[in-house]
Amino acid sequence: MSSTAVALDSGASNPLLRLWRNKETRGVIIQIGTIAAVFGIVAWLISNAIANLEALGKGFSYNFLFEPASYDIGFSPFIEFSSRSTHLMAALVGLQNTLLVAVSGIVLATALGFIVGVLRLSNNFLMNKLAYCYVELIRNVPVLLWILLVHGAVVSTLPSPRAFSGDGGGDSVVFFSNRGLYFPAPDFSPLALATLIAFIVGIVGAIVYARRAKAKQEATGQISPVLWVTIGLIVGLPMVVFAVTGFPMAWDYPALKGFNFKGGWVIKPEFMALWLALSIYTSAFIAEIVRAGIQAVSHGQTEAAHALGLRNNRSLQLVVIPQALRVIVPPLTSQYLNLTKNSSLAIAIGYYDLVATIGGISLNQTGREMECMIIVLLTYLTISLLISAFMNWYNKRIKLVER
Amino acid sequence: MKKTLGTLAAIAAAALVSTSASAGTLDDVKARGELNCIVTTGLVGFAYTDEQGTWRGFDADFCRAAAAAVVGDGSKVKFVPTTGKTRFTALSAGEGDVLYRNTTITMSRDVDLKLSFLGVNYYDGQGFMVPKALGVSSAKDLDGASVCIQTGTTTELNLADFFRVNNISYEPVPIETNEEAQANYIAGRCDVYTTDRSGLAATRAALDDPAAHVLLPEIISKEPLGPAVAQGDEDWADTMRWVLKAIIAAEELGITQANVMEKAASATGNPNVDRILGTEGSFGEMIGLDNKWAVRAIAAVGNYGEIFERNIGQSTPIGLDRGLNAQWTNGGLMYAEPIR
Repeated sequence: MSSTAVALDSGASNPLLRLWRNKETRGVIIQIGTIAAVFGIVAWLISNAIANLEALGKGFSYNFLFEPASYDIGFSPFIEFSSRSTHLMAALVGLQNTLLVAVSGIVLATALGFIVGVLRLSNNFLMNKLAYCYVELIRNVPVLLWILLVHGAVVSTLPSPRAFSGDGGGDSVVFFSNRGLYFPAPDFSPLALATLIAFIVGIVGAIVYARRAKAKQEATGQISPVLWVTIGLIVGLPMVVFAVTGFPMAWDYPALKGFNFKGGWVIKPEFMALWLALSIYTSAFIAEIVRAGIQAVSHGQTEAAHALGLRNNRSLQLVVIPQALRVIVPPLTSQYLNLTKNSSLAIAIGYYDLVATIGGISLNQTGREMECMIIVLLTYLTISLLISAFMNWYNKRIKLVER
Repeated sequence: MKKTLGTLAAIAAAALVSTSASAGTLDDVKARGELNCIVTTGLVGFAYTDEQGTWRGFDADFCRAAAAAVVGDGSKVKFVPTTGKTRFTALSAGEGDVLYRNTTITMSRDVDLKLSFLGVNYYDGQGFMVPKALGVSSAKDLDGASVCIQTGTTTELNLADFFRVNNISYEPVPIETNEEAQANYIAGRCDVYTTDRSGLAATRAALDDPAAHVLLPEIISKEPLGPAVAQGDEDWADTMRWVLKAIIAAEELGITQANVMEKAASATGNPNVDRILGTEGSFGEMIGLDNKWAVRAIAAVGNYGEIFERNIGQSTPIGLDRGLNAQWTNGGLMYAEPIR
């Protein structure tokens, strides 16, 4: 409580009235009241739902989660799933697939968005206009149409696996068919562990070196070749170790067996369509955010940096980008959230995401609408809050760098 | 679990506006003057819209028969198209009064999903359709195939069981509607389309070159398809059940769309016919309708055999034979319980 607030309240005798008159405590009281009201409404909604379910003769129970799902899931890269697995496992597979497409979508959308955003500011007329057309075309068509378009293009225009039978496949090891993109999978032997260790050592080394270089620069003003050393440590070191241990790896090539390719790794058309469409769509918005962020840094800043004798790339790196990021990160967060939530459109093309598994097939086969939708809602909420929390943390971090 | 929730619900119910059933569904439908009938989003022969946008098909005709019996006019039907996934929710949420949507009768749907099934209007089984060019002659040769499958159906579960039991692998390609399945199958996203054999026949008939596709001999499940209503309104279930039975019995008794008016004009002397057509007894009143209920239904769409032949029979592109769906007198399973 601030001292001014105490001084103002000293006249009142009733302690409750005094609390109410105090601006800070009044705020707290109103907030508690609001929270109580919100919880009351939520509790009422829940009890209403339970009462109505009861009237329909459907109790509220999550026991079905531990019963066999009895259906198969065609896409589960990391989790073993069979029709004997439980509905809970089906939900986890759905969560895995949602996270997979969300994370890979965020990475690609960010990369594309930054490139297009910078091109939008290019002095090159053609580049500038191309980027402009890209942004306007992409963001003014609903994302569902992009998803259906990409899916339709992949499924209808690419050859079926049968086209690769006999001599149709030639000697190729990569197959782009309407059942997905098949490519060789690395098959590591135990010795490859050394390479993994080298990779981790490389990352740690690079971080240590970057810190040292920064300290050195602040102390002496000397600039160290951080980029090259980082590449050397993270890429070069594992490669040397890999070569020294005698390339402990074989390739698992995809081959046409029966109806489909077997072996290798595959990117299924449903994943590809969803991933590309979400990334491209979101990248148009990110491009505009990046452009706005860079333009928000006044030109005087660049000129001042140049006047101090900084070269072009150093002034970008040290002056423009840190200030631009401050503007870019908050709206970027909402784009990441949008992409994650839009991934639920997977249902339109039969990608087994969270909505398709627990919120779709399980829901339908068990008739547990309320229970399944609650799981789906809470899961999306959790994912979104986590992304938000991470981006807020990052935003705070880059704010501290500001002078 | 149920008990604690029951207590909770009781407390809640006391504080709430009751949203449970008002008057009976029968009165609601009569007052509305229109029957809301849940059908598929489109399956040629069973329920689909023609060029004029009119709903046609086997299931659509049963909807019309029900509407004719209840509100007196077979055209007073509002069709509610649903996917395999949305149909039960639509029914329990009251978006439709009755469900005629190639729906397999199963124990868990009857008990757990709280449906009341009214009887079977088509005996079916799950089959597989493949392009002839694949050279597959048995479903057991399908190891490693990609299979298009409508989600939220019993066929999805049968498929998983079939491949598991036979120890062969497959890639399920989930789709929502029959149109989508057709598109994916034609594009070659899947090698096989599996659903009820009637649905496969209908889908094949709608393809550009039906002769290039074959149905595999295996029938991997029993799929008794039938209408359902939401559980909890037994009077409404009775009304809908006996409209279905009357349509089936009409064929057995030789009552057709053409002769129903003539036969209903006065007692024919055949008590079975007279009871259905309301010239003997008051069976219509027992189910909350008047005694000409079945006359209107048959006059609107004909008897079971006529509905079958008009929509999916040998003379149509779908070309299904009666098989199990022949009257019991002809060696089939269609056996309407006596109306008396």
